[in-house]
Amino acid sequence: MTAGLTFNGINKSFGGAHVLRQVSLDVASGEFLSLLGPSGCGKSTLLRIIAGLERQDAGTVAIGGRRVDDLRPKQRDIAMVFQSYALYPHMSVADNIALPLRMRRLSGMQRLPLVGGLLPGSRTTQAGIAKEVTRTARALGIESLLARKPGQLSGGQRQRVAVGRAMVRNPAIFLMDEPLSNLDAKLRVQMRAEIKELHRRLGVTFIYVTHDQTEAMTMSDRVAVMAEGEILQVDAPQVIYADPANRKVAEFVGSPKINMLPARFGADLTHAAGTTFDVRARELAGTAGTLGIRPEALHLAEAPGTGIFTGRVRLLEHMGSDLFVHLDLPHDGEGGTLIARLLAERAPQIAFGQTLHLGVRTGRILVFAADGRRVQPDPAPAAVLRSYA
Amino acid sequence: MSLRRLGPVAALARHAVLLASGALMLIPFVWMVSLSLKPPGEIFRAGFSLLPEQWYAVENYSRALTASPLPRYMLNGVLVCGAILSLQIAICAPAAYALAKLRFFGREGLFTLVLIGLLIPHEVLALPLFILAYKLGLLDTYAALIMPFAVSPFGIFLFRQFFKSIPDDIVHAARLDGLSELAIVWRVMLPMAMPAVIAFSIFSIVSHWNDLFWPLIAVRSEQLMPPPLGIMAFKNEEAGSDYGPLMACATLVVAPLVVAFLAAQRWFVEGLGGGVK
Repeated sequence: MTAGLTFNGINKSFGGAHVLRQVSLDVASGEFLSLLGPSGCGKSTLLRIIAGLERQDAGTVAIGGRRVDDLRPKQRDIAMVFQSYALYPHMSVADNIALPLRMRRLSGMQRLPLVGGLLPGSRTTQAGIAKEVTRTARALGIESLLARKPGQLSGGQRQRVAVGRAMVRNPAIFLMDEPLSNLDAKLRVQMRAEIKELHRRLGVTFIYVTHDQTEAMTMSDRVAVMAEGEILQVDAPQVIYADPANRKVAEFVGSPKINMLPARFGADLTHAAGTTFDVRARELAGTAGTLGIRPEALHLAEAPGTGIFTGRVRLLEHMGSDLFVHLDLPHDGEGGTLIARLLAERAPQIAFGQTLHLGVRTGRILVFAADGRRVQPDPAPAAVLRSYA
Repeated sequence: MSLRRLGPVAALARHAVLLASGALMLIPFVWMVSLSLKPPGEIFRAGFSLLPEQWYAVENYSRALTASPLPRYMLNGVLVCGAILSLQIAICAPAAYALAKLRFFGREGLFTLVLIGLLIPHEVLALPLFILAYKLGLLDTYAALIMPFAVSPFGIFLFRQFFKSIPDDIVHAARLDGLSELAIVWRVMLPMAMPAVIAFSIFSIVSHWNDLFWPLIAVRSEQLMPPPLGIMAFKNEEAGSDYGPLMACATLVVAPLVVAFLAAQRWFVEGLGGGVK
């Protein structure tokens, strides 16, 4: 039933604007893959190309190993949930969910009003469809809404109807285009869990487009981070977070945002924010670049020193279990702000305006070259040193 | 503009203007009905009364129905208007869908042609259409009354504007659900555009029900004549018009339209206001 998906060298432009450049990706059968990126990065266009609603300028799409470039959307064995839900407002919920089955199982004559019901076989087919619609509705908890029109439903209920319409015909691949962005925050968290549960239950391939990193990170087996029409990195969520391929990925994923400090790389040490770090990247020696430090990689330090940031507390945000500290770095070290995520029990020690020292574990510093490329730092001269760092 | 911001004086003034203009539209109709109830003597009497002293309705209305084959004319009206409207919707809806939702070379050019079509008064086309109908041997048939109106640029324009307001996602969803392009038109777009369809239907029916110009050119046989011809029967230049039965006849001809409009008024206004909620 379920099928994998491969696309290769997809290009697309509208007018003069390149929306997708040489996009290639393999999605395993049964995988939950998110396309994550800011709006306008081409992720929705890519989804519509997979669905066959948009035609690529170059490249191929294959579903389950079969090329589908010349197939119409309905022949591709996929279903899609739209951001706006795209329910048919003049049909009841039951009719909305039944339509894809009616179009597939009934002949043109059988679909005619009045006459259709009299034709041989159409009653049995209709009854079968009604049964499946009820089953789908029950699975989604919208059984009591079947007679209503979409206009009488809340956002979350419409969302479920849209999912039901996609689910009812057992597609090999589920496409979802920002399905949660029209819901309020509480409902979004709930539907996130429900969609993940749905994926687990159906076991089919899901391709999920979102600009919300939380959705992508919490739901996916793998995340493809996109920007400006290109896929920057495809990996498991934890790898995307801990081991980003380049600066754009590091900056897009993570909240609060990763701290990016302009740095100068020496032969042995790296200079940034008025201090030096025990980070060696020989291939970058003598050049400028960036150090990326996740807020939770920072910890309180007793005194200033090498590899210790010193600055004035500008803002404190209590998040319950966490405490976000915004630190203004001194101007002689090029200035800038540093955000640290500390344990909330540190809160009493820290006051607004106070001078604070923050240390960082060397192993958690990400090194980026001037062009944004990620560079693996060279190991410390003695491996033993590292365990103390 | 919100109602609340206007003071009572402004509201009063506005209602006065609305009442006056409403009366201006309505008085001829009221007068028509009033005259259709009066005997000839009262019609020309000086002085003003809405209701007759001597009721003459039965005489006037029975004359209206018998002096000319008015029922036959009205049946013709129903047949011709029904056929014209069905054809118009059958042709305009797919055309409007293509202009609103499909991308193809020359779309804007075609739409410009539709707009130009909107500008041409039908009278201009009467002569070429007459010659065409003659060559095709269609003169003096129902086809001659129907075919020239089968394609309505106004209908294409109105439907296109309405279809454009329907989100593309609905079209995409329908394609994924397995609907063909024509099925999208009939099963999704047209039902969603119901207000526009009703508004257009009223325009179409009213203008073709009342049309006298083209039928007088295209048909000769009495059994093909449209309803307004029934009114003509009482208009006599030499002996003077017979106003009582004439007004009764006009009332009978207009009545179906008034009833249809009142029934569909809500959708009519919504359709011209445009847009899907």
